[in-house]
This record gives sequence, structure tokens and C-alpha cells, in this order.
Amino acid sequence: MNDALEFTLNGRTVATEAAPGERLSQVLRERLDARDVKIGCNAGDCGACTVLVEGAPVCACLMTAQQAAGRRVDTLSGLVREDAYTRALAESFQDFGAAQCGICTPGMMVSATALLRRTPQPDATQVEESLGGVLCRCTGYRKIIDAVMAAGRGTPTPAQGGVGAAIRKLDGHSKVVGQESFGDDIAPPGTLEIRVIRAPYAHAAFSFGDLEAFAARPGIETVLTARDVPGTNRFGTIPGFVDQPVFAEGIARMRGEAVAAVVGTPEAIGGISPDDFPVSFTELPSVETTEEALASDAPQLHDNRAGNIMCAGFVQQGDAPAALAGAEVVVEGSFETAFVEHAYVEPEAGFAEIVDGRIELHACTQAPMMDRAALAMIMGLPEDRIRIVPTATGGGFGSKLDLSVQPFLAIAASKTGKPVRLTYCRGESMQTTTKRHPAKIRLRIGADATGRIQGFDFSGDFNTGAYASWGPTVANRVPVHASGPYRVGPYRAMARAIHTNAPPSGAFRGFGVPQAAVAQESLFDELAEKLGMDGLDFRLANVLQNGTPTVCGQVFAQGVGVGACLEALRPAWGRERRAAAVFNEAEGDLRRGVGLAAGWYGCGNTSLPNPSTIKAGVRGDGTLVLHQGAVDIGQGANTVISQIFTEALGVSVSALVLMGGDTDVTPDAGKTSASRQTFVSGNAAKAAGEALRADILRRVNAADDAQVEFRDAQLLVKEGGKVHHIDLARMVPDGEGYVLRAEETYDPPTRPLDENGQGEPYAQFGYAAQLAVVEVDMALGTTRVVRMVAAHDVGRAINPLLVEGQVEGGIAQGLGMALMEEYIPGRTENLHDYLIPTIGDVPPIETLIIEEADAHGPYGAKGLGEHALVPTAPAILNAIANAAGVRMRRLPVTPTRLRAAIVEAGG
Amino acid sequence: MTYHAPTTLEAALGTLADGQASILAGGTDFYPALGTATPRGAVLDLTRIPELRGISQTVDGGWRIGATTTWSEIAAARLPPAFTALQQAAREVGAVQIQNAGTIGGNLCNASPAADGVPPLLLLGAKVELVSPVARRRLPLADFLTGPRQTVRAPDEVLSAILIPTPPAGASAFLKLGSRKYLVISIVMVAALIETDGETISDARIAVGACAPVALRLAGLEHALRGQPVRALNAPDIVGAADLSPLTPIDDVRADASYRRSAAAELIRRALLIAGGLVNE
Repeated sequence: MNDALEFTLNGRTVATEAAPGERLSQVLRERLDARDVKIGCNAGDCGACTVLVEGAPVCACLMTAQQAAGRRVDTLSGLVREDAYTRALAESFQDFGAAQCGICTPGMMVSATALLRRTPQPDATQVEESLGGVLCRCTGYRKIIDAVMAAGRGTPTPAQGGVGAAIRKLDGHSKVVGQESFGDDIAPPGTLEIRVIRAPYAHAAFSFGDLEAFAARPGIETVLTARDVPGTNRFGTIPGFVDQPVFAEGIARMRGEAVAAVVGTPEAIGGISPDDFPVSFTELPSVETTEEALASDAPQLHDNRAGNIMCAGFVQQGDAPAALAGAEVVVEGSFETAFVEHAYVEPEAGFAEIVDGRIELHACTQAPMMDRAALAMIMGLPEDRIRIVPTATGGGFGSKLDLSVQPFLAIAASKTGKPVRLTYCRGESMQTTTKRHPAKIRLRIGADATGRIQGFDFSGDFNTGAYASWGPTVANRVPVHASGPYRVGPYRAMARAIHTNAPPSGAFRGFGVPQAAVAQESLFDELAEKLGMDGLDFRLANVLQNGTPTVCGQVFAQGVGVGACLEALRPAWGRERRAAAVFNEAEGDLRRGVGLAAGWYGCGNTSLPNPSTIKAGVRGDGTLVLHQGAVDIGQGANTVISQIFTEALGVSVSALVLMGGDTDVTPDAGKTSASRQTFVSGNAAKAAGEALRADILRRVNAADDAQVEFRDAQLLVKEGGKVHHIDLARMVPDGEGYVLRAEETYDPPTRPLDENGQGEPYAQFGYAAQLAVVEVDMALGTTRVVRMVAAHDVGRAINPLLVEGQVEGGIAQGLGMALMEEYIPGRTENLHDYLIPTIGDVPPIETLIIEEADAHGPYGAKGLGEHALVPTAPAILNAIANAAGVRMRRLPVTPTRLRAAIVEAGG
Repeated sequence: MTYHAPTTLEAALGTLADGQASILAGGTDFYPALGTATPRGAVLDLTRIPELRGISQTVDGGWRIGATTTWSEIAAARLPPAFTALQQAAREVGAVQIQNAGTIGGNLCNASPAADGVPPLLLLGAKVELVSPVARRRLPLADFLTGPRQTVRAPDEVLSAILIPTPPAGASAFLKLGSRKYLVISIVMVAALIETDGETISDARIAVGACAPVALRLAGLEHALRGQPVRALNAPDIVGAADLSPLTPIDDVRADASYRRSAAAELIRRALLIAGGLVNE
């Protein structure tokens, strides 16, 4: 029996009902349409669902609706209407870029409102203490701190501007007023739900009992298994490696693998207990690590992949072993990194329905066109029978490139003919979606006595989990990047992707490059030390420059800005080391250290076609529409692509109406990955803007420097004192309602790699160098990052505010990877055992933007998303070594590990 | 499935008479334990019972903390210096959202080895009051907690209050060690109290959490410190290996046992310096 109850929601009395013990968050979202309350974990670990109850911030997921009875409950959407502090925060969050994906924003702003009511002018510490209960995975928190401190008192950031202007995100407003719709925000209340039945063991055989009897239960619509997959029961991302079943067939290869799914009413699905479902599992021997998987008697995961080796990537130039044998100074080391979970605050979620006989699917994603192609195969349908409408994506970082909820939604909607929804709980999100590959790396580097690197020999085994996902990409990318942005002489690098009974390792910001950078940049410090050279000077002595061939033999005549990045750190390198020396003169347990590292990252697919298409149209009423298919997962593609397009067209960005990546109306701008959107889709947008401009100018025979201006249904073209009028209303619209249109495609020029990895894998690289200052508590083995300085060569900062946002967010993730993040299947499947940085863990970050223009980039721009975290972990490791005198070669550097190393070193 | 939210303890006890209802207070442990499921069976919500909430001084000079008093209320209360450790712990339970909802009684009944509230309460010699439809009993906190997630509370009993005898005049400190700043489960935590009569330690109390199935006091070390000059707390080896022999830490995802042992010694050393007034935190 549900209880009737009343409370005050956002100033209005609401009468509703709740099941006994039903969470307030659930009642707010599903019974009272307060979808601005976000659910990230259902355990009080993320704070996204923060609401005010009688003015005090609490997690709505941790209280019953009955506990709210008779009380006042405020959510973001109400506060932003009624509370001056919240309104000020809404402006300030936009001014500072404090909302990236926007999923944590309601929790942040509600918590900040409570703070400002008590303390209208808080300092940074007060902000941190008040917001410490809300996790953000995108921003690195610093912009949020700034935004709260400046709320009501800051200088507004312009809402418009062209290339190079730090403008607000064009799509930022909905995020700060609680109106953004994420994957779980689409389905109407009462929609049929799906519960996926999952394997409890890393490797298991299973068989079903009486599924028909189960399906006949009240409220259960149907039960789905592998038999219900209409097309091919496989998905994947790389041709030749499409190996993951939607539903396992007899054998589950990882904990959490789907074996069946139940579709039913919310009440019926909510009432299912895991033991109810008629399936029995038999645990089978499994392999957890690459060593176990490579053992001669190891259980084999896939018949066609002998020895559990999925694939390998290889790059070779000259004879590295011989060069190392002759090198005067050699360093070597073994390094180990952990599974890292993306931990976006929005779990995978979506909604599907059948419309005019087609499957329409709304879900969070980084790659709508890839989703459509994969679903077409699973459903056995032509692609035009499926429509993907991306929702706002509450963080992606690589994992939402892969399918998750989509196949279940499509199959369930298709089989039942009814609308269905599915949102992963935090546990199944963590158990089953992709991870960063754990790596075991062995590296030797040699140099001559002058400090010139003479040879580099790298081998790495990457734990790719049970299925391929993007493992082949990691295996290919790592050997191309393992040298770092340096000239290293004779080179050999091999990376293998090894199957284990673990969640698939896939794409995660950097595709294996951050792991390789840990080894390379750590050993560079050791080499410099052995040579008696300054770490910065040593790097600069070997750094790539224009005209220096890379390890793939690719020569960039221009645009290599890593030397400039390193040079930009020189002032901080001197200043911070002097400050550390003074700090360390004092007695005590705290030792301060400074470290640096550089990095590079090739933008776009590795030696593969990688096109983006951008379309724009003008309607008869003068509306300018940009079909912006480069999915914005918070990083700012909607804004950056628009700035580029309008710059090329020569109009204000405020003239633009954005159309998202709906596969029915927007052409393929490729996936949001590989730091490719600013570069590749940006080029397509620039070409589209230029084409539309050329068309307009041609119609009135105007010169190239004429000014274009939309004024209602008139298009004005001004040149000199003359104004041409194009009367749009009189033009004949095409089938899409456009009287003018342009559609352009850009595909970066690359060339294939030969058997030694020689070729031209990327049209451009982006470059970075970062400096970390840390304090190590020698007695406790704890590390606090005090400050980061980050120099990034972005070619041209299309929007400097968004550049800073990427850098800060990347650093926060790199910091987590360095110090605390370690996913252990079966043990850290929640956000209190798996730790990501909180607002108190990310230090002030100084971003130095370097603009070494790239000939291929739109207005010279380069990609940035992944570069931001490549140097972070090694810079922190080098700082720890500088502070504590110990070299940490296993990540994360937990207090246990660091203290053990200090003790072993006699500390 | 029934939801009970009585406004008197008596009514609550009536609901519990059959021992079947799950007790809910701040929900901060209740819901995470449920996962995504909704509660099955009856739920007894104690948060609308005024007599279970609030902090008051008793006639004998002691203190009574109602079981559903939240961490925020404890942190904001005006309390003697002996309670400083408890108030510092209150500010480190989860984060603001958790402190506004989570209750001290719930923290004890959940009986996590890493419960933040336990070491400071052990310092204070706290007792818990358990009420059933037929009886009311008081027992020391150390006797109430019997193991991880285990207490002596009977299914028909409600933990109604925490009772603290007249506190010593000394100052206390709480140190929590985790792998990140906020929202963190302790690797180790330590609470310490030092009372002096000028130059000499007259009372020393030390409790350690997350290093044994139940947080515990280190009676041997406490005894050894009593009568020592305050400046003895400056000795780097103030905590010896033998002092830690009652601890039985485990390896888990947060830390290994030997680390916990060494970190406990270090935190005790630091907490003693703070409680002894020799350093600021």
C-alpha cells in the first residue's frame, strides 16, 4: 500500500504518494516530475541528488519520501526561480564554465546555495567544505570553486564571440537551471523498465529454468535472452573484433555479463529479487591478470585468440637493442597501472519506443552513428529503420563510445512494441562498462654522456578484459606514442592486448598513452639524474622539433609546440623548486617536491579514415541552423564548432540555432573520441561556413570581404557603402525547409603504417607539458598535490575558457589515476570503495596556453581532450620522487604503497 | 510493507514488538545497504520522535545525546573540550549532506569497524541506552558493539540515547586518515584525550578505529602515559609496538594491515600532541 503524503516542493504544496520506504529522489523524479534531481549512485556517494530539506542540503536518495512529509523541499529548478543566490550562481557557473556535462551541476548549485545563504562571501576552503559531498568528473572543480566565490560579484563572460574568444557555452543555460535532459530524463513516468540479469562470477556456465513461467508473473511483459536477438548477437567497435554478445550464450566471460533481461512495469521490476530469476550458474576457472592469462594452462577466453592474446601493435626504427648495448648510460624499469573506471556521474541510461515502425532510441552516447550501425546489426535491420537521438551525456571520457543500454532497449521495444527504459545502477555501470587498460610495462632507455638519447625499447602487456572493445586501438596507439614527444634514436615498442575475465578495457581519455607516459617520463627523470642533468634541460635537449622525424618516421615541418610548452614551464620550474627547498629546510614529516612531464597525442584515428560532416541551412524566416553532430559530452563541442562555423560564415554566434546529433537529421560528425572534434569536425564546420558564405556572396556578386548579416527574413550583404538584400522568404525551401544550405566533409590526411609502424598515423599531434608540486607526509605515505602548472599547445585556442576546462578536468583524472583510482572487479563496484578526487583533492591549476598553429587545424587549432591528462600522472610521480626520494612504479600511489617504499628506502 | 513514523517512543516500541521492522533514521547506511532495492517488510522511522533527538546536560553533570541527533547538530553544539574529538569526527562523517541526515545512534547501530563516531565516544566512556517494550537497559558502548555489523541490540529494542558521564576537564582531538579529502571511509582513525594538572598528565585516553573488528581503547598506553610529564608527549617513540598489540588490523582495498598499524602509531602520536596542547592541528 502506498502512503499519501504532502510536502512543499519549490514553494508549492504537493500531494503525492510513495511506497513504504521509497526514496525521496525517486518520488521527486518519477511522481513529481522533478527531473532536475539527478541520481548518480543511490548511495550518498556522489551528491548529484542533493536537495534542500528545510534549507539543509541532503541526498534525496538517502531519505524516504515520507521523511519529507510536511516539510519544505527545494530543488535546483525551484531555487533558480526563487532564490537570488541560486540565480547568481546560475550566471556565475556559466561565466566560469563551471558546468561541463552538467550532471553534477544541480547538486553543486543546491549545495552552494545553502552555503551562500549562510556565508554570502565564502573563501575557497568554505566552498570546498560545503561542496565536498558532490562529485564532479569533468571540471576538476576549480572553476566551480571560482564560480561560487564570485557569485553575484564576478565579471560576466561574453555570450558571443568568434574564434579565439572566451565565451560562455552556448548550451550552458539549460544545465544551470535544471532543464538539461540526460539519458534517464526522457522516459515518461510509468514506462516499462528493464532489469538485466547478470553473471555473478568472472567466468561461469549457466542454464535457465522455466523462463515462460517467470514471464507470466504479474506485471512482467517478457523475458529476453540470446534467442531474442533478431540479428547478430555481437557488438564491438573495431572491424574484425566484434566479439561481445548482447546476451551471453551458455558461458559468461566476465562478472556482470548479461545473460537475460526482464521487461515489466516499474512495480514488477522493482519487486524482482536477484534470486528470483530462474537461472543457475556454475563458476569456472578464471584469469584475472595478464600473467595468469598468458600461462600455458590458462583457460582460453576466445577460440580464435590463442594464448589469450588478442592483438599486438609494433613500431620499430633502427636497432634499439644494439643501440642500448652501446649506450653510455642506461636506465630501465617495470611499471604497473590499474584498471581505471570512467566514473562519470551519469550512469548509462536511455529510452526507446517504436515510432512508425522504426526504433527510436534516446540515450547518452559519444557516437550516435556508431550506435546506429551496431544496433542495425544486432536487430538485423537496415540502418534507416533505427533513429538515434542522443540525450545530454553526463560524462563520457571514452566509455560511452561503446554500446551499453542500447541493445536491451532496442530489443525490448521491438519485441513488446511498447516504450521501454533502462538506467544502469552504479554497480552494473561499474561492473560491465569499459575501463582504462591496466598495463605492465617494461622500458629501457639509453643516452650518451652528453644527454642525447640513443635508444628506447618498450614492451607493454595491456589487460584488455573479456572482450575487444577498443583494445586494438590501444595496442596500436601505444607503440606510436610511447617515445613521448622526443627524438629517441633507435626505437622498438610492442604493446599486446591480453584477454582476462574482467570487464572490457576500452577507450578512456588517452587510449593507453597515459600509461606509457608514466614509464617514459619517470625514466627520463632517472636518466637525467644519472647524467647529472637538469630534468627540464634534458627533455629540451631531446625534444621533438619541426622537422625531426617521429618514431614512425613522420616529419612535421611545422606545428610542433612541445618545446614551447616545456620552455613555458621554466619560470615555475625554478620558482617552485626554490620554494620547495625553503619548505624542506623546516623539520617535520612533510616533504615538498616538484616534478614535470611532457606528452603528446595524435588527433583522430590512427592511419584510418576519420571523416566528419557538418551541415548548415538557412530557413525562409532567416533562421540559421547548424547541424552539429559532434557530440558534446561536456567538453564544449557545441560551442567550439559553432564558433568556428560562424567565424567562417562571418556572422555572430548568437544568430545560430543548434541541431544535435539526431541520426535522422544531422550528418555523421564522427565519434567524440581521439581528441578529434575540434580538429576534424572543426575543419568540416569551417568548410561548411565558408561554403555557405561563398554561396551567399555569389548570389549578389559580392567581394570576399563583404559583411553578411541576418535580419529576420532578410539576408544583408554589405560591401563598401552598398547593401545587397537577399529576400529569404521568397526563396523556395528544400525538403528540409532550407532556402540556403551547405554541407562539407573533412577527413584528415594520414598514411598507413607499414609492418614496422612507419608511416603517417596522424595529420596533427597536440602537445603538453605539466609541472606538479606535491607534499608527501613521510610518516603516513600520503600525498597532497599542492599546485599544477600546465602548458598546452592547442595550436589556436578556439575558446580559451573551454581550453582551461579541458586541462583542469584532465588533470583531475590524471591525479586520480596517480594517487587513488584502482578498480578491482567484485570489490570496488561503488563510488565509496572506488575513489575519485573530490573538491578537496584537486589543487589550483595554472594553465598556460601555447598556440603553435597547425597547418591542418581549423584556424590552426589542435585537439586537446586527451592531452590534458597524459603528462599528469608522471609529473606527480616525478614530484613524489623529488619529495620523498622514492620512485613509485606501481599506480595508484596509495598511502600503503608509498609508505612501504619510504620504509624500504630507510625513511 | 508498512511505513511507520511514530511521534513517540512508546508507539515506536509497539511497532517493534514483533521484532520484524527495519529501523530507519538518517538513511545514510540504510539505503546504501539496500542497493537499488526498495525495503521489504515494515520500516520504522525514528526521526519524528522528539524525545530521541537533541543534546542535553543531565543533573549529575553528564550528557545525554538523543540517538537521532544528527552529526550537524553535534558539530554545532556547545560542548566541553573533552567533546572536541566527537565534534571533529562529526565534521568528517561523509560530507555535509551525510552530516545533515546521518545520526549518531545510526552510526553505532550500523556497527562499522570504521564508524567515525565510535573512537571519540569510547574516549568519553559513553554508554548506550536501549529500550524495549518491557525494559530499559544501559551498557557501555564497548559492550554494545560486538563485531563488524554486530551489536547486542535485540530486534525489539531501540537505541534511544548515548549517555556520557561527567567528562574530564582535558582536551581531545580526532584524526581521520583516508585516501582523499572528503567522502572517505577511514583507513585509520584515532581519538585522544589528555588531561593535565599543569606539568603532569593526569588522564590519557586513546581510542583507535578501523584497526580491529570494533574500535577500541589502548589501555596499556593510557596507563603508561598517566603521571608522565606533558612534554613526554614530544618523544618521537611515544607509541611503541607493544602499545598497539590490541589492534588486529586487516588488509582491504583501502590499506594493508601493516600500514594500518604504522599509521595508527603515527596518528596517535599526533593526536596526543594536539590533545596535550603541544601543537595546533
